Amino acid sequence: MSAPDVPPADEITAGWWDATREHRLVVQGCESCGAVQHPPRGVCTGCGETGALVWRDDTGAGVVDSFTVVHRAPRKDLAVPYVIARVRLDCGVLLLTRLEGADAQVWHIDDRVRVAWVDLPDGRALPVFTPAD
Amino acid sequence: MSGGVAIVGAAECDLGVTGASILGLQTQAVTRALADAGLKLSDVDGIATTGVSRFSATQLADHFGLTPRWTDSTYAGGSAFEMFVARAAQAIAAGQAEVVVISFASNQRSAKSRSLAGVLENHTPEAQFETPYAPLFPLSYYAMAAQRYLHVYGKTRAQLAEVAVAAREWALLNPKAFRYGAGPLSVDDVLGSTMISSPLTAGDCCLVTDGGGAVVLTSAERARDLAKKPVHVLGYGERTTNTSMTAVADLTVSGAAGAAQDALARAGLGIGDIDVFEVYDSFTITVALTLEALGLCGPGEALDLIADGNIRPGGGLALNTSGGGLSYCHPGQYGVLLLVEAVRQLRGEAGDRQVPGARHALAHGTGGILSTHATVVLGVEP
Repeated sequence: MSAPDVPPADEITAGWWDATREHRLVVQGCESCGAVQHPPRGVCTGCGETGALVWRDDTGAGVVDSFTVVHRAPRKDLAVPYVIARVRLDCGVLLLTRLEGADAQVWHIDDRVRVAWVDLPDGRALPVFTPAD
Repeated sequence: MSGGVAIVGAAECDLGVTGASILGLQTQAVTRALADAGLKLSDVDGIATTGVSRFSATQLADHFGLTPRWTDSTYAGGSAFEMFVARAAQAIAAGQAEVVVISFASNQRSAKSRSLAGVLENHTPEAQFETPYAPLFPLSYYAMAAQRYLHVYGKTRAQLAEVAVAAREWALLNPKAFRYGAGPLSVDDVLGSTMISSPLTAGDCCLVTDGGGAVVLTSAERARDLAKKPVHVLGYGERTTNTSMTAVADLTVSGAAGAAQDALARAGLGIGDIDVFEVYDSFTITVALTLEALGLCGPGEALDLIADGNIRPGGGLALNTSGGGLSYCHPGQYGVLLLVEAVRQLRGEAGDRQVPGARHALAHGTGGILSTHATVVLGVEP
């Protein structure tokens, strides 16, 4: 996909976006209860702690939870078809993303995928997913 | 349990393509519902509405020259109106208001105000983590739910299309329906219509129309003296689950289950006691997930339940008797019209689509991306 407009990070999400500058996928985890969560929050949804959240490096490997091939674009500058998906990382959290690197019609639920990066003009990068092998 | 509150008036505003303003349509809905009840605008001391402006109930009160004792503008998409019934019943029982109008109207088709991208709010986490990928909102979320559902349970798009086929059959019996006179819809029509966000075609998606409606609530005691047979509020329940497309672990499980359980428990009824079901049909998959959540069948069984004409007119399960959002009217937040149709069915006013002897009706609203879920149980007896 071409680089989209992405709103600036805020104090809660800055660590996540900073890691993308190095093409590192991180997931917010809680040192108190061990839960992982996405998107980043100011509080652990597992235990309610506000002071125990850290960034954990993720392997970027996961599986397609579900997907949809979009045939009618919401904006004129977008080319169709493209594939929107929920990817479940092996650590357990779900990301909304695009599936790339294969024809739109070949994807299946439970396909193994790995992270790839779309660089943004401001130095950040947006994670997308491609076939694992 | 009801706290002794009843719906005493119900009406639609003009539907379809009206060329009218939101406040003009709201005025139609509210004044028609009050006339139906035998009440006047000056009797109203409570207003619940949404979709008018940022200050929705305030805007409507101002427009009507009212200074209500109670208002609610909770924004919860299409389920807001079922939530309003709960709030209004509590306000009336507590003595904070005596006559509450719940209303909605939209001119989205005339105004061409609906975007496939949805409404963007740059300060939300979704704007950073989801919108950049350009999902259709809400359509792509329901599409992913449908894709997962069909995969997990080994079902087909054709089986899912029956939801839209049956809705059209009901709409052919409702002169107010947008598709009244459009003729029957076939499974092949649904599968062959424009693919929007797979596996959902245009035929799996609700209409985009103008329209809306209103219902009037008051105490059961006052209801006895009014124009129409009161329809009693027997139970209500709700669940709020997500704004993110990644918050809910299992796309095939809807928050509707908890909402319906609470509503039925409050009413002291079981799902088998319900004669008419009016459930939000934003998309065909919404209905499949909701029927399972209501407890009408087990997980993965909804498409078997609806097969063989079971939800068409004359079938065993009276569902979406107006023709639904799929074939009757979908003004964007359709939930108020679920209540209007439920009231008409319980009063015996539904004409060719009347479910004979209906005594209990269930209205279930769904908002956002399976985000908000609210159930109301209504009955002809307190």
